[in-house]
Amino acid sequence: MTGIGTADLKKMFDAIAAAIEADRDRLCQLDGVIGDADHGIAMALGFNAVRDALAPLDLSAIEPTALLNMAAKSFLNAVGASSGPLYATAFMRAAAAVKGKATLTDAEFVALFQAMAQGIKDRGKAELGEKTMVDAWQPATEAAAATHAAGKPLAESLQAALAAAERGAEATKDMVAAKGRSSRLGERSLGHIDPGAASAVTVIGAMVKSLG
Amino acid sequence: MQTKKIINDGNRAVDEMLEGVLAAHPRHLRSADGSPRSIIARDGPRAGKVGLVIGGGSGHEPTFLGFVGKGLADAAAIGNVFASPPPDPILECAKAVSGGAGVLFMYGNYAGDVMNFDMAAEMAAMDDIEVRTVLTTDDVASAPRDQRDRRRGVAGNFFVFKAAGAACDLMLSLDECERIARKANDHTFTMGVALSPCSLPQTRRPNFDIGTDEMEIGMGIHGEPGIARGKLRTADEIADEMLDKILAEMAPRHGDKVAVLVNSLGSTPLMELYIMNRRVMQRLDAIGVSVHATWVGNYCTSLEMAGASVTLFHLDDELQTMLDHPCECAMFRAG
Repeated sequence: MTGIGTADLKKMFDAIAAAIEADRDRLCQLDGVIGDADHGIAMALGFNAVRDALAPLDLSAIEPTALLNMAAKSFLNAVGASSGPLYATAFMRAAAAVKGKATLTDAEFVALFQAMAQGIKDRGKAELGEKTMVDAWQPATEAAAATHAAGKPLAESLQAALAAAERGAEATKDMVAAKGRSSRLGERSLGHIDPGAASAVTVIGAMVKSLG
Repeated sequence: MQTKKIINDGNRAVDEMLEGVLAAHPRHLRSADGSPRSIIARDGPRAGKVGLVIGGGSGHEPTFLGFVGKGLADAAAIGNVFASPPPDPILECAKAVSGGAGVLFMYGNYAGDVMNFDMAAEMAAMDDIEVRTVLTTDDVASAPRDQRDRRRGVAGNFFVFKAAGAACDLMLSLDECERIARKANDHTFTMGVALSPCSLPQTRRPNFDIGTDEMEIGMGIHGEPGIARGKLRTADEIADEMLDKILAEMAPRHGDKVAVLVNSLGSTPLMELYIMNRRVMQRLDAIGVSVHATWVGNYCTSLEMAGASVTLFHLDDELQTMLDHPCECAMFRAG
């Protein structure tokens, strides 16, 4: 691969939209247990809006930063909710992280990936262990960075990220929610996976499949 | 199995509802130019007046858009069903109602709403509009008393918005409007009970499971689990449980005055609400608290959820003046 370009990023967003759409009802059901049952709807709306916004673009005429900013804006305006600002901030930070690049090296993509997780953390003011999507995103990006630093190819770094995201999401079952709507449940949130962490695994899984 | 709904397309439900609302209430409401999810009062916003922008997810009608009008909110930003609006329609509301005296954002305390309204407030600041935010946190079931700032905003929005809207309409300063809004929120206490779920137009599946003989005390207006699930009890027992909790926090003295809201979550009929209200009055009578005004009906719903909430608004002279101030909205009038 000669570097990740706008066509690859568009393909990645298409893959995420398809994966989330297929997962929509499961995510709503997870959210119904400890929340308001709309998480799958919001995520599908958002990524379908991104797919539609990117579809007419002349990919040879724009840089990754512009594509990622367009993804942010379309996701945010379609969704609102919690996932809107969180994912929109992730894409805006990703855009800023690769400013001025026409194509991305493995290292640059790993930096983009880390910027996404940091954006989600900053916007949601959440830390690890609070039963949110951060519990999937942060270990995923840390695993990708560590694997990349060990000199492995991007595919392997992303595989490590997915495995870490899956473990992180699974671990939310044993957490008491401290952020978001389910935080009002206290102990009753125990035993249930966080829907935001579950959808993060789906998003990261689609990214891995598309780019890996 | 899918639930039954009178809709055309679940994904179009909110926009088609707004078309119908604007068609029904052309004298009261319009949408902002190029922003159909920003509902603006025809009469209300004016130079020198603090603009009041409320908003949140759809599915709670007449909250929020029904409370837009002279004397109450100047605009409402409308989100998808049970989902905060994104920043853009909120910003368009702020621009449309800004009279140079600042804008007050008021909405229920939910993580998504906070993020989107905060982003909109940052954008408004770039347009030189000063925005203050007051969150409603009236749901006593949603967090312990010492963590009031973590509580949800539910049906008590009605009183808090009403008081703030009156303060704005009386041309008080942004500082004063904010102070009165916070005080109104501190004086508002709500407790709800859910009997059966609602279903979102996009999924048409019940949003939680509950036994045919069960109720859930303290459930949120989006079906968020409450504090306890048990066998369905009588109206008096349910009202008693709610009032025990509310009165313990409100701690009214003999001779105090309250306003009462007995609210349906959607499908619970007026008959049952009035049966509950009967018990509420008996309880208040017994402790020497007088009822200044009562509203019974659909004020903050959760689509077709069955259940009800009781809100007490603990009045003093100032809050009573705000409550009695006239307002003229599409779905609510007072004074």
